[in-house]
Amino acid sequence: MSWHRKNLLDIESLTAGELTTVLDTAREFKAVGERDIKKVPALQGKTVVNFFVEPSTRTRVSFELSAKRLSADIINFSADASSFQKGESLKDTARTLEALNADIIVIRHKAAGAPHFLARFLNSHVVNAGDGAHEHPTQALLDVFTIREKKGDIAGLNVTILGDILFSRVARSNIWALRKLGANVTLCGPSTLVPRVFEQMGCRVTYDLDEALANADVINLLRIQHERQRKTMFPSIGEYARLFGLNRTRLAKAKPDALIMHPGPMNRGVEIESELADCDRAVILEQVTNGIAVRMAVLYLVNGGNAAEMNA
Amino acid sequence: MADRSVSRTVLEADALARAWRRVAHEIAEAHTAGGAVILVGIQRGGVALAQQLGETLGSIYDQAVAVGSVEPGLHRDDLSQRGMAELRPTELPGDMADKVVVLVDDVLSTGRTVRASIDAVMAFGRPRCIRLAVLIDRGHRELPIRPDFVGKSLPTHPDEHVEVRLSEQGAPSTVEILSL
Repeated sequence: MSWHRKNLLDIESLTAGELTTVLDTAREFKAVGERDIKKVPALQGKTVVNFFVEPSTRTRVSFELSAKRLSADIINFSADASSFQKGESLKDTARTLEALNADIIVIRHKAAGAPHFLARFLNSHVVNAGDGAHEHPTQALLDVFTIREKKGDIAGLNVTILGDILFSRVARSNIWALRKLGANVTLCGPSTLVPRVFEQMGCRVTYDLDEALANADVINLLRIQHERQRKTMFPSIGEYARLFGLNRTRLAKAKPDALIMHPGPMNRGVEIESELADCDRAVILEQVTNGIAVRMAVLYLVNGGNAAEMNA
Repeated sequence: MADRSVSRTVLEADALARAWRRVAHEIAEAHTAGGAVILVGIQRGGVALAQQLGETLGSIYDQAVAVGSVEPGLHRDDLSQRGMAELRPTELPGDMADKVVVLVDDVLSTGRTVRASIDAVMAFGRPRCIRLAVLIDRGHRELPIRPDFVGKSLPTHPDEHVEVRLSEQGAPSTVEILSL
């Protein structure tokens, strides 16, 4: 088994073999989630802290359920209720969490690199649950898990990522994961949100939606992140929906069995026509279900990272 | 794993096949209703052996015997020491209420894998009873667990490692003792 890491900080530094190990492990955890008794004792006695310095509900809940299904104890520590408002530094807060004997710290932070910073001085395992516009590794893992489950193999697939790429950590993590596993990645959206510099990550960049959708096996729609954007990135939501929103006519350009994915929360009528979000090619809710299996796999694997390092 | 310098073959294919056939007959003698028996191979050394046993047992009962598998990894007590186990499929019927589950493994030693496998089976349901069939019992138990059906008892030194090699069809071909 190819996994010796103590932390999961990003997708960029993982090998294809490590990605595959997470996906294979997640497959077995998905089977656990389909049983009558959905709980296994693998992390019994371990403490997981959800350290969310940026608001998030779905990722936090997904990690929470994952930890519980592994029999770990989990506590939620969120910024609004915390000592940040009293002026404590990130480092001091993280050290405090570790002093509570947290075995795994799951961190969401608005600053890129915050998880890497913590990992430098913490003995606890650190899992990145989204850092600024940098990476969101578990989202990418659940996306490729869903694609692999539906399509069998990632290599050679045409994956189109549509929307706000520039501000999207989901896009960055997805691009790394998909490229490492051999997919062809096309990015499309308003030119202000899809700079050509992404070509350096091995992607095709186009501003013509029909061209981007031609021959696509997978269409991953990203939300317009109002909260990360200055007002000037594109003229109006209405124009965005007209130029880059996915609808039935445009979907016809893609392969007939193309998957429609969305990391949520989605804006119906903006990036996706409402009825498409409910059609049988949309796997949006399956992504949510798979998120638990993938996060269980990540918690399980990083927890063994130390021992595996010693035995390697 | 690398410096297993000395290895000696202690059992050959003929003797193993005879022992495994005898185990099938013992199971059939103890549990006369073939339909109630499920053979469950412990991942991963026990899975191919359970298949083999299922074929022999099926011809004794003259009816097919259900064969499944169980992954003990998530229920181990030594995950923090050994690192996380690679997970393989658990395939069990959901309703085991009136079934006799026979756990099958290649080598029984400390009993910890069997303990974890029993818990993994119990997480699926409540079988009428659970039995244990092993090809080799090498001793050194650390838990109060004993096999119901044994191919061969093989006295070993704690430092040695017992390896069962299978043919391509999943039949046991040799048993070797490796000295560390």
